[in-house]
Amino acid sequence: MDPEFRGDSDHHDGTSDATPGGYSEQRRPGELGFALILTAASLFLLYSAYGISGFTALSGPGAIPMATTFAMVVAAGLVALRTSRLPKITTETLGRDILPGMVILFIGFLIVFGLLLKPLGFVPTAALFLTIAIKVLARQGWGYTLAVALGSLIVIWIVFRVVFTVLLPAGILPEAEFIQFFRSLLSGGVS
Amino acid sequence: MMDTLLAILTIFTQPELLLLVGVGTFAGIYIGAIPGLSVTMAVSILISFTFSWDVYPAISLMVGIYMGGVYGGSRTAILLNIPGAPSAIATAMDGYPMAQRGEAGQAIGVTTVMSFFGGLVGILVLALAAPFVSDFALTFQPRDYMLLAVLGILLVGSLSTGSLVKGIFAGALGIAIGAVGRDPLTFTERFTFDLQLMEGGISFIAVMIGMFGVSEALLQLQNVNLKSVRQKIDKIVPSFGTIRKYLPLSLQTSSIGVIIGALPGTGGDIAALMAYDHAKRVTKNPKVPFGKGAMEGLVAPETANNAAVGGAFIPMMTLGIPGDAVTAIMIGALFIHGLNPGPMLMIDQPDMFWFIVGALLTANVFMLIFGLTGIKMFTKIVEMPRSVIIPLILLLSIVGAYAVNNRVSDVYWMLGFGVFGYFMRHYGYPLGPVILGVILSRLLDDNWRRAIISEREDMGRFFDGIVSSPLSLVLFTSVILIFFSQTPLWAALKTRLFGKATS
Repeated sequence: MDPEFRGDSDHHDGTSDATPGGYSEQRRPGELGFALILTAASLFLLYSAYGISGFTALSGPGAIPMATTFAMVVAAGLVALRTSRLPKITTETLGRDILPGMVILFIGFLIVFGLLLKPLGFVPTAALFLTIAIKVLARQGWGYTLAVALGSLIVIWIVFRVVFTVLLPAGILPEAEFIQFFRSLLSGGVS
Repeated sequence: MMDTLLAILTIFTQPELLLLVGVGTFAGIYIGAIPGLSVTMAVSILISFTFSWDVYPAISLMVGIYMGGVYGGSRTAILLNIPGAPSAIATAMDGYPMAQRGEAGQAIGVTTVMSFFGGLVGILVLALAAPFVSDFALTFQPRDYMLLAVLGILLVGSLSTGSLVKGIFAGALGIAIGAVGRDPLTFTERFTFDLQLMEGGISFIAVMIGMFGVSEALLQLQNVNLKSVRQKIDKIVPSFGTIRKYLPLSLQTSSIGVIIGALPGTGGDIAALMAYDHAKRVTKNPKVPFGKGAMEGLVAPETANNAAVGGAFIPMMTLGIPGDAVTAIMIGALFIHGLNPGPMLMIDQPDMFWFIVGALLTANVFMLIFGLTGIKMFTKIVEMPRSVIIPLILLLSIVGAYAVNNRVSDVYWMLGFGVFGYFMRHYGYPLGPVILGVILSRLLDDNWRRAIISEREDMGRFFDGIVSSPLSLVLFTSVILIFFSQTPLWAALKTRLFGKATS
């Protein structure tokens, strides 16, 4: 069996472990930098692992952490070395293919989501996020954007609160009173 | 015997469970089919939503999604040339050319029946083999568990493309992540950097959702405007003659599926590609060449990936070592419900095992039913634009990460690992070993310490133990061989032994 055969390039987008992304013969923009960062981080973790119990005992709490971080240092170092020898791809740039503005924007959205989640509550934050995200991605009119965003939010909220009974931060919305109102309405109808 | 049968049939005595398996399978087919939504993602998000449920309903839902999802990916692979799930990558190569010839209906029909067949083989092997394996597993020493865990992490790295070194890095990173927090034996702090936040460890659910949900959604942002072409579908149910013709091949590829699935760490995606490769080699005169719409090229990956489902449960249920990324997450789900998968679970609670077998069987039947019906509606839903799907995945990921501990910090962990996983995907680092490492970290650590303490902290005695036990020796040799096979030394040896042609 050809050890390199894992499907053709049309169906190779790096989402599977059978066909992870990247290229075996070329270096993508930023790949060497990533490998070097990993090596440095692994070295730091190895130092930190040494600090747990040092070389006192093979069964010490630091034994496995030291072994694994050592493996990380060696592996990351090897990867960095190999990557540095590969020719660079000329057709790709860091800004367009690896970290486009859209991805950075969405990472920013998610950070803001986390910040607003507690004070504002789940429903308003999610409504805000979905509306802006869909508007940015779909580039449709406000009517479409709002209808899709709020429609899907209602479905999600019902599924979470009612089916999975997940507790989400209520924030500024009087959510509990709202549910209670419907419960009493329903139970009133039954009895 | 009677008890076993009753446990398998539990699912039919409780309509609620039956319904959940059905709903799960149905949802799984769509999740698998919609590009950008993966089973791994769905199951990892689901853990956090079902953790307040009883264990049976939670497992029913996840088993359904798993079975349906592995199959569902084939639909979009055939119709749109976009594999909906990683395990359907090989399916697209011959399925889409068939659809272009107007044979989409036939392709879907054969795929469905063959997936059912493969799934059945996988479940049968699971039911027959698991009890023996778990009996055998009772004789395992701590060092054997440790070696098995290492083997599992190494296997994902070596069977997938790219380099084993990247796989090793990913696996080691996972083990390190799993070690964060206070050591359960000595209460020493590990990798906490004196931050109170880190003392309790990193929530593995946040890591999983980040790696499989957020990173994938971020990657899909680059494909937002991918347009799809609709295909005409008719004549779905295949004839008996067609099925009989491919039965011998499907038996072979199902076996490949079960074995790859049962190897710790490797799952349907790798099984499907290996089966496709096998079919290519054994089919001497295909009616249509491979890559142009050969039926064999559909049968092989689809039987194998569904057979791998049953296979993946074997090491999970008998040893507590996950067969692939999804079963790794299911082990996490069982942990949350206070169960500890491994040989003792099989002995103390055999019902749990047989219940899972029953749920898998039911999901397989549901898959056949849903697979052969409702295709018209299917094409409409799958064409849901990515501009809507991506924000929804991100929202679900946030809710999932938050819901387990009600902590915003978990959302940031998820985001951090999401961004990290995003770069890993771009640069060809496999993600499976990370999750495997996180899940196996505790098992590896505990068993290493147990093994070395029982040998009085003496490495010499430890290796004596390995050499004197056949099982340990086999495991140890496998670990060494996998390492060795990836070094330049091996390639040189191969050329010397078999001549230049094989390398």
